[in-house]
Amino acid sequence: MLDKIGIAKRIAKEVKDGYYVNLGIGIPTLVANYVRDDIEVEFQSENGVLGMGPFPFEGEEDADLINAGKQTITTLPGASFFDSSMSFSMIRGQHVHLTILGAMEVSEEGDIANWKIPGKMVKGMGGAMDLVASAENIIVAMMHTNKAGESKLLKKCSLPLTGVGCVKKIVTNLAVLEVTPDGFKLLERAPGISVEDIKKATEGTLIIEGDIPEMVL
Amino acid sequence: MINKKVANVTEAMEGVKDEMTLMLGGFGLCGIPENAINYLVKMNVKGLTCISNNAGVDDFGLGLLLHKRQIKKMISSYVGENDEFERQMLSGELDVELVPQGTLVERCRAAQSGFPAFFTPAGYGTEVAEGKEVREFNGKMYVLEEAFKADFSFVKAWKGDAAGNLIFKGTARNFNPAMCGAAKITVAEVEELVPVGSLDPNQIHIPGIFVQRIFEGKYYEKRIEQRTVISK
Repeated sequence: MLDKIGIAKRIAKEVKDGYYVNLGIGIPTLVANYVRDDIEVEFQSENGVLGMGPFPFEGEEDADLINAGKQTITTLPGASFFDSSMSFSMIRGQHVHLTILGAMEVSEEGDIANWKIPGKMVKGMGGAMDLVASAENIIVAMMHTNKAGESKLLKKCSLPLTGVGCVKKIVTNLAVLEVTPDGFKLLERAPGISVEDIKKATEGTLIIEGDIPEMVL
Repeated sequence: MINKKVANVTEAMEGVKDEMTLMLGGFGLCGIPENAINYLVKMNVKGLTCISNNAGVDDFGLGLLLHKRQIKKMISSYVGENDEFERQMLSGELDVELVPQGTLVERCRAAQSGFPAFFTPAGYGTEVAEGKEVREFNGKMYVLEEAFKADFSFVKAWKGDAAGNLIFKGTARNFNPAMCGAAKITVAEVEELVPVGSLDPNQIHIPGIFVQRIFEGKYYEKRIEQRTVISK
């Protein structure tokens, strides 16, 4: 089974040379740490920066330089700043190649819910609805089940939706899955996890074809 | 040069009244108009509708107005950092309209630019699209969203001049440019008000035409919400 860092490491392998990438809050933010260093990638943060670098050294943090998670950041050579309108032009206009974000639920039709639990948690959708409605390539990073042990990969989402039919790939602590017209297609198993384990943890339709390889991290 | 300079925050805030709709720039606590917010607290105007990406934290930014129950309605995209906000919203004391972030900024920009409405894919098929016109373009579905109407817009820039020209710094730019000229009156506060002619016209982010009042702010706290560092 993978931990959060393991999920981030596996997703980092999906990041290709020449990609502009938007990383969501949580596990997705960690992905930047594990992208191969022999390829050129630029990270976009929707609050208005392209070419985001690592967190600053202690004492060098700047209140005017943060990411969408409100964390202090640095920039790399070639970076640029812009306003929120231009930032979402990059997103809506599909200039950003890959969006990686977390989710509370994903349906086998590629619907995603990650912004609201009615009557309980109402934090808002931030930029997630714009991102999922526009991105051509969306990867969801999440745990396969919730804290109560219930599957987060469902036939239909039970929570209010963030977007419909948009998720392409899901990387969880148990598996890598692709959203296909027939359901969740199992691509890879996490180390030490059997196909049977994944079946048990998946409520939505699971498609298993041939031998399922173990992930290489 | 048309002079937009006002002496201080008191003069800049003249005309702000109860029940008005205000736009406030900033992302989290980054680039928020601290002087204007603190003065709104002092004025004790009530029944406000505030358009702002976030709602501050419990004891800073718009959280200060929420604490004094000065806000009737918030229009935001993300309010997760404010417990008092969540409490007032869940108890029904505060009216809240949650708007996707790209839609939120574009509704400001539409008001700035003279567009009554626009189509966006964001929120299609979700509760955000309920009651709104949807239309298909090239096989994809879009939601019709309308421009905001606001009385005052409060923005914060790094440098500015008496002509109202503005330059922003880093990610403190965020929502501020789109809110300039998006309300009946735009009030810009700057960290440094420089002599007219000293800013390079090539480097201006917002031309003074979008700004009605400008003043040099004081005592910027510029609080960091999530200080994240690595050790040397």
